[in-house]
Amino acid sequence: MTLDHRHQHLQELRSALATLVYPVQYAADLPVRIGRWTSEQFATHRTLISRNARLQAENLRLQGRMLRFEALQAENARLRTLLDTSSRVREEVVIAELLSVDLDPFRQQVVLDKGRVHDVYPGQPLINAQGVVGQVLEVHPMHSIALLISDPSHALPVRIQRTGLRTLAMGTGNPKRLELRFIPPSEDVRVGDMVRTSGLGERFPADYPVAEVVHVERPEGAEFAVVQARPLARLDRTREVLLLWSRRQEQAPEPSLEEAPPARTPGQDASPPAGVTPDKTEPRGDGDA
Amino acid sequence: MPSPAAPLLAIPATLILALGLMIMPLPEWLSPWRPEWLAMAVLYWNMALPRRVGVGTAWIAGLLLDVARGALLGQHALALALIAWIAIRLHQQVRFAPLWQQAITVGGMLALYLLVILWVDGITGHEPGTWHYWAPLLTSIPCWPLVFVLLRGVRRRWCPHLA
Repeated sequence: MTLDHRHQHLQELRSALATLVYPVQYAADLPVRIGRWTSEQFATHRTLISRNARLQAENLRLQGRMLRFEALQAENARLRTLLDTSSRVREEVVIAELLSVDLDPFRQQVVLDKGRVHDVYPGQPLINAQGVVGQVLEVHPMHSIALLISDPSHALPVRIQRTGLRTLAMGTGNPKRLELRFIPPSEDVRVGDMVRTSGLGERFPADYPVAEVVHVERPEGAEFAVVQARPLARLDRTREVLLLWSRRQEQAPEPSLEEAPPARTPGQDASPPAGVTPDKTEPRGDGDA
Repeated sequence: MPSPAAPLLAIPATLILALGLMIMPLPEWLSPWRPEWLAMAVLYWNMALPRRVGVGTAWIAGLLLDVARGALLGQHALALALIAWIAIRLHQQVRFAPLWQQAITVGGMLALYLLVILWVDGITGHEPGTWHYWAPLLTSIPCWPLVFVLLRGVRRRWCPHLA
């Protein structure tokens, strides 16, 4: 029975049962919802005004940045057509709410209130305002279950923004820690380096912020450095996430540029280090500076 | 006078309530200490009404728990069915024992239950790796008298004629 599940034969049964259980999960989440609702209802006039002012200021600032971003994006697209490389993906987002349901405390999974009827698909990336959160694991008719990047079975292909070094961010089971694997001790990695998705593995779009390096250690004689990072998205606090749809704009057949490295899908365990040894890509100048 | 359908509703209702308690959000530091409500409720019904609530019910309840907590399908079901079988075998001895002795016996069964789950976790590479895994056992045993008294109340109120 257990083995059966590992081979994904029981997906349908699981989905049916999950739909059956969803009302219970929803009910378990209700007290939290009601608590939030009442605290919102009784928020004072003054808090609302100050929050409104703050949001307006933030909105203005973001819109200002957006103007520049759109210009840059147009320019980028133009340059890419000149280079004749595959076009970037166009991204759409939908907000999903997390149900505060405690799953197994030793696994890093969450329940989302969007499911198959909302076009969610397995492997879909999840982000929030700060960074990458995880990916969808199972899709059920009305809800879905997502795996956070901090789950020990999750591996995310990333690169270090400053140097372009490619590596894998593995979960540790601790929502505040990721491990960057397979970095040779000679590499230039410093505390404070920003880690972004590399877009390899073709599941997460490139260049989303993931984590910040907080600890670098180069043990004597070890093959790889020990590098730890703190996820930017506060995985244990987040209440709303964005589901990302990446739609490739259909264009000329793609050169196999993206397939050159072995496609590692996150969620699978890392294969032997030989296949994953990071090599330095030439620092890319696409707006990282 | 309760309607004839009452026992058919009361038992699943308590099990669903227990399932809800298993997934209800708790503060993070408290969450590993959550007592095994569903396992205890199943054990109670196994021992009180062994002819009505058997291994099959335990299996289904475990399956629902698997799905609700995002565990491997069949993991809790297997463990729960196993301890349900033991509970039914032992129900004659345990039922009339004093509460504290019952709590110890139930603690033993829950330890087995956790062990089976840990075993499956280990095979599939999900070992929790901290002693916190056993924390539910420490909180479940003191909770047994509460579960017992509450569910006995339910049984006397809604299904007095069942054996």
